[in-house]
Amino acid sequence: MLESEFMRLALAAGAVVGVLAPAVGFFLVQRRQSLIGDGIGHVAFAGVAAGLLLDVAPVLTALVAAVVGGVAIEVLRSRGGTAGDQALALVFYTGIALGVVLVSAAGALDVGLYQYLFGSILTVTRSDVALVAVLGAVGLAAVGLLYRAFAGIAIDEEGARVAGVPIGPLNIALAALAAVTVALSMRVVGILLVAALMVLPVSAAALVAWSMRSTFVLSLAIGLGSTLAGLTISYYADAPPGGTIVLVAAGAYALLLAASTVRGR
Amino acid sequence: MPLAAALQGVAFGYRPGQSVLEGVSLGIREGEFVAIAGPNGGGKTTLVRLVLGLERPTQGNALLFGEPAHRSSRRHALGYLAQRAELGGDAPTTVREVVSAGRLAAGGLLGPLRKRDRGLVSEAIARVALEDVADRPLRTLSGGMQQRAFIAKALAGEPSLLVLDEPTTGVDAESQESLAGLLDRLHSDLGVTILYVSHEFGAVEGFVQRLVLVRRTIVFDGPPGDLPGVWHDPSHAHARE
Repeated sequence: MLESEFMRLALAAGAVVGVLAPAVGFFLVQRRQSLIGDGIGHVAFAGVAAGLLLDVAPVLTALVAAVVGGVAIEVLRSRGGTAGDQALALVFYTGIALGVVLVSAAGALDVGLYQYLFGSILTVTRSDVALVAVLGAVGLAAVGLLYRAFAGIAIDEEGARVAGVPIGPLNIALAALAAVTVALSMRVVGILLVAALMVLPVSAAALVAWSMRSTFVLSLAIGLGSTLAGLTISYYADAPPGGTIVLVAAGAYALLLAASTVRGR
Repeated sequence: MPLAAALQGVAFGYRPGQSVLEGVSLGIREGEFVAIAGPNGGGKTTLVRLVLGLERPTQGNALLFGEPAHRSSRRHALGYLAQRAELGGDAPTTVREVVSAGRLAAGGLLGPLRKRDRGLVSEAIARVALEDVADRPLRTLSGGMQQRAFIAKALAGEPSLLVLDEPTTGVDAESQESLAGLLDRLHSDLGVTILYVSHEFGAVEGFVQRLVLVRRTIVFDGPPGDLPGVWHDPSHAHARE
């Protein structure tokens, strides 16, 4: 398997995304905003469509659209007096509707669209991997620097606000990080499954972890393991990589749920 | 004594035409232990949100350490314990992790906690006598112990003003007594100003220096001993008045 360059590149890109997605998703799950990744994914779809229409690299337009969508969700939620789930629905549906209209205008309602909806990690190039590695490293460094701030807000947002912690800018930073993660993960698992890689490893880790930090570290390990195992299985079983990766993560959740149930008896 | 917090002729409503509070004037001196009580819906939580600068009065002024509360430069000197139902997070979070979150404003946002901050976290945990369970997940502890962990979180920020909103919600009578004793010790040991908000004040009646009853406006403000008998249970007799 490793003698094929496309698999080496796929594993490299997958490793970065497998760690970054749960690292950012961890804070969304703690704040009960698990579906934000899904909402941003749908806005990223509109970005892909704009890229196809304007003949610009779809990953870049998706990145811009995802950041705008992520920040819009946060601004609507915090300042517009809109409830969190309604803010999400508003951006979610607007994104998908805009995407459908733009894709149709670009005449791109064809197989080429599939690689963005369901991932196309086996077609990543060296320059794709370089982009994923650089943005992934920046994202992970940001999470490392802001871990304590994000965790503190997840524990008690109101208490942090009263004490003068700049909640608004930190929430915007988290939304932007989620958007970058979605745009990078798009090639690995696809827009429709991107949120799964942000949420499932975290939910699985929380079943057996004993602290917030151990949940975080374990979720990164599960995300990385699921991505590498999913890619390996998909190579030998000739299965779609995106779906296989998410199924492995779901399997990890089921396994740890069983383990925690047995342990609890 | 200078004022830690003050409301001057304050009126407030969440919507135009609505009156949740009116004509409220109140000064909390530094070092005081004050209970704010009153019936549910009487405006006491709103009063506290005004004091904390989370809401702005529609009339009058809300001051924190002499500055307009909503843009106070001393917010890091506030320790706030919100109603328990509002605190959370799904991952198993240890007592130490919860208390560490209390150093966020004072200890800086970036990178890991420094040695001094970690020391203050341990000290706060010791003050509420939770050293033995410091590394246990909060959800495995009793309601009273969880409440003490959140008090330690507020203390970790080295507050000058500690505000507790309905701290006894969901806590049994024995833990309420123990909580009141703990607050009394913190008040005398640290000299911290305490604002204790609850629809019932029986547990702290013996400890507070001043009791303020709120029902849209302030209907009583003085030592608990001066309170007319009929108002001793504000959630009932006073509400029916």
